[in-house]
Amino acid sequence: MPLHQFHFNASISSSSSPFLAPPSAFNSFSSRHQNFSLPPRDLGICRCVATPQEAKTPTAYKTNVSRNANMGKLQAGYLFPEVARRRNAHKEKYPDAQVISLGIGDTTEPIPDVITSSMSKKCQALSTLEGYSGYGAEQGEKSLRAAIRSTFYADLGIDDDDIFVSDGAKCDISRLQVVFGSNVTMAVQDPSYPAYVDSSVIMGQTGQFQTDVEKYANIEYMNCTPENGFFPDLSKSPRTDIIFFCSPNNPTGAAATREQLTRLVQFAKDNGSIIVYDSAYALYMSDDNPRSIFEIPGAREVAIETSSFSKYAGFTGVRLGWTVVPKELLFSDGFPVARDFNRVVCTCFNGASTVAQAGGLACLSPEGLKAMHEVIGFYKGNTEIIMDTFNSLGFKVYGGRNAPYVWVHFPGRSSWDVFAEILEKTHVVTTPGSGFGPGGEGFVRVSAFGHRGNVLEACKRFRQLYK
Amino acid sequence: MYKLLICNSTLSDKLFDPGCLHTSFGIRKEKKDHYTNVPRNANLEKLPKGYLFPEISLRQHQHLEQHPDASLISLGIGDTTEPVPDIVTSRMADFASGLSTLEGYRGYGAEQGNKELRKAIAETFYKDVNVKDSEVFVSDGAQCDIARLQLLLGSRVTASVQDPSFPGYIDTSVIIGQAGDLDHETGRYHRLEYMKCGPENKFFPDLRRTSSTDVIFFCSPNNPTGHAATRQQLEQLVKFAKDNGSIIVFDSAYATYISDDSPRSIFEIPGAKEVAVEISSFSKFAGFTGVRLGWTVVPSELCFSNGFPVIHDFNRVVCTCFNGASNIAQAGGLACLSSEGFEGVRTRVNYYKENAEILLDALASLNIKAYGGQNAPYVWVHFPGMNSWEVFDMILEKANIITVPGCGFGPGGEEFLRISAFGHRESILEAARRLKALFS
Repeated sequence: MPLHQFHFNASISSSSSPFLAPPSAFNSFSSRHQNFSLPPRDLGICRCVATPQEAKTPTAYKTNVSRNANMGKLQAGYLFPEVARRRNAHKEKYPDAQVISLGIGDTTEPIPDVITSSMSKKCQALSTLEGYSGYGAEQGEKSLRAAIRSTFYADLGIDDDDIFVSDGAKCDISRLQVVFGSNVTMAVQDPSYPAYVDSSVIMGQTGQFQTDVEKYANIEYMNCTPENGFFPDLSKSPRTDIIFFCSPNNPTGAAATREQLTRLVQFAKDNGSIIVYDSAYALYMSDDNPRSIFEIPGAREVAIETSSFSKYAGFTGVRLGWTVVPKELLFSDGFPVARDFNRVVCTCFNGASTVAQAGGLACLSPEGLKAMHEVIGFYKGNTEIIMDTFNSLGFKVYGGRNAPYVWVHFPGRSSWDVFAEILEKTHVVTTPGSGFGPGGEGFVRVSAFGHRGNVLEACKRFRQLYK
Repeated sequence: MYKLLICNSTLSDKLFDPGCLHTSFGIRKEKKDHYTNVPRNANLEKLPKGYLFPEISLRQHQHLEQHPDASLISLGIGDTTEPVPDIVTSRMADFASGLSTLEGYRGYGAEQGNKELRKAIAETFYKDVNVKDSEVFVSDGAQCDIARLQLLLGSRVTASVQDPSFPGYIDTSVIIGQAGDLDHETGRYHRLEYMKCGPENKFFPDLRRTSSTDVIFFCSPNNPTGHAATRQQLEQLVKFAKDNGSIIVFDSAYATYISDDSPRSIFEIPGAKEVAVEISSFSKFAGFTGVRLGWTVVPSELCFSNGFPVIHDFNRVVCTCFNGASNIAQAGGLACLSSEGFEGVRTRVNYYKENAEILLDALASLNIKAYGGQNAPYVWVHFPGMNSWEVFDMILEKANIITVPGCGFGPGGEEFLRISAFGHRESILEAARRLKALFS
């Protein structure tokens, strides 16, 4: 068969491609001091930078297709590409600076062998007759769904087929929004992970952004502050159809207590609302708080739970997560939400990568779980170091105990200004609290993902700056 | 125990997953059930049935339950069956192992995809048409990209689809709220424009009779008909889009199956950059149906009516609603586009094309009119005057072959059956034998 028009780039081979650089000997994530002047990690893989929002010089031709007005409501790029853009601009300005990233919550430590070897094996199996597999079930592989259930939801009345495996919580949030449609109202914690608000805007659930209050119209922002223990005053919260709730919380690190979640479930029940409960950081919990919303009686009738392997297994690039939609969760006409979620999953998605799923299954083996807990323990160690540093400098510090994020208060200051000051003076990237909503103003989120040496060095620089 | 002669060497989860069995979800109207006050999304109510391919799985499963000893041949869902070349999987395996090392560990990748892979895609598939790396967005597959494009376009745009067409365009259009209500008699959604494609018009719509819409979904080589649009036809399409200010969403997932001189990319047509996006996939090209990898090209020239570049909004959706394709899949993609890797995946494509030839020959010998099969891994078989589900049932009952009824792809598919050419050679040969036995 003649080849048509396809051109080979013969220079793309594993020897010349940093992307495919052969692995060297296994280096564990031990706490030995790491050289913080490691070359940049972004060897040909660079984190997205926000493209400028303003239109380019008008071209000669424009289609007649109106831009989606919802897209027009978004104020800026998504938060984390913005942080990346500033980080990259800073690196360009100071090419010799040793920039340390405690901004985007990106895992840094190698994935335990027991997990990667199962993914390797799966890849190799795809080259064999017996081991080749094509399309998987869109809802995920049965064995993985069962393992997720028995690991995280044992004795909580959740069935294997209530669990939908995905390519990550962020993607699931958008798929849930597609299920809900534009005619629902929603509430978020303030501050909160920006994907809830942004996906709501894109879906058309919100009105315009109100610059005076820095909020989108038609979203209920439930203020979560040190004053209210980072749990909203539900007696003052109007009813919305959907309530996004993240615990342990990104960015504040707050973990809701059993008593608080019981009130939340009651609130949802009384109001006929649906809670979308984000438990992506549950395994970082030190205290005795619920790890799943389904630990609360009655939650199956009012809640969906979404979670992820990203921060447990270092799967931020591998892409694997899940969402639980209990059979008991019904729309106002009695129609099961799971049926519509299933339809969206079958139509708008085609399943998580079977290789990632093989990794997920290994994560949930006894050996895999043990290994994951060690990595999580390592990041928690980082968190303690960061908390101690800011505490010793006299800052009011929140979070950290139950999540890999430290939420530091800079009263009266603009969080983007603090972000810029820290970046300029210490070459450390953080995330400005206002990026998570107006309730985040005056705070900075410091994430605890990083090599131990980098975290120690960053803290040394914080101490110099704020002594 | 089922004795299966199916083309997957392992049983697909699709067959037995209760999530696919909609009949297991009854609506329990017990008094103690709590109903939330959240209204169901009216758009989802407009989809009367499940998505087409899980429905086919369901029928397959039911058939196996009733005939446990049947040696079923699956030529329904277009699922690849042949192993991925070693050169590709070994790179993927190495990359996965590398994640356990300090040097090889990678966290979040760019949402738009790995730089090298974007470059390789641009250079492999779009070298002569000047598509830039920055216009290539790597994804977890075309079906997912279609949904993201719909999210981007929103509910207020109008859309047209070929009839028949890959059901993902229509179903996502309904879900996002573009399509209006279903007319149960005609099987058409009120606000969608259906562009009939049949033997009578050489599988290309009569654009003079086609109403203009904001978006035109166009797949070539086509799923399900197998027709590859000619250069002349695509020039007409681009002109039509330009005259009407429309955006073409061009699905080129089967471009590597083209045998003749038909264009492999819409961007071969001058002016297309101002009117089209192109989606494609490694699924049928590299056997990555489970690995999950694809891409979308959004030219920087493509603008909304207010001059705003579509690429900015697509980038925003990709950054907000997605987090990039799996880095292991991307490592595999890069290996596919190396010279050795490309050679390897090409042999698989040729294998499936030979399968298609076998099926075409068999049907020709029976004097059954069959289309496609030369530029795509699908054969589109005409059964004049017959109901396509009835033909599907008959072939399943009498020959134990799963196909896909044409009406699943739109009302224009009635009287047709899609037979996919993915399968082990012996299954295809056996299927050809059974068809000859059935119809001669």
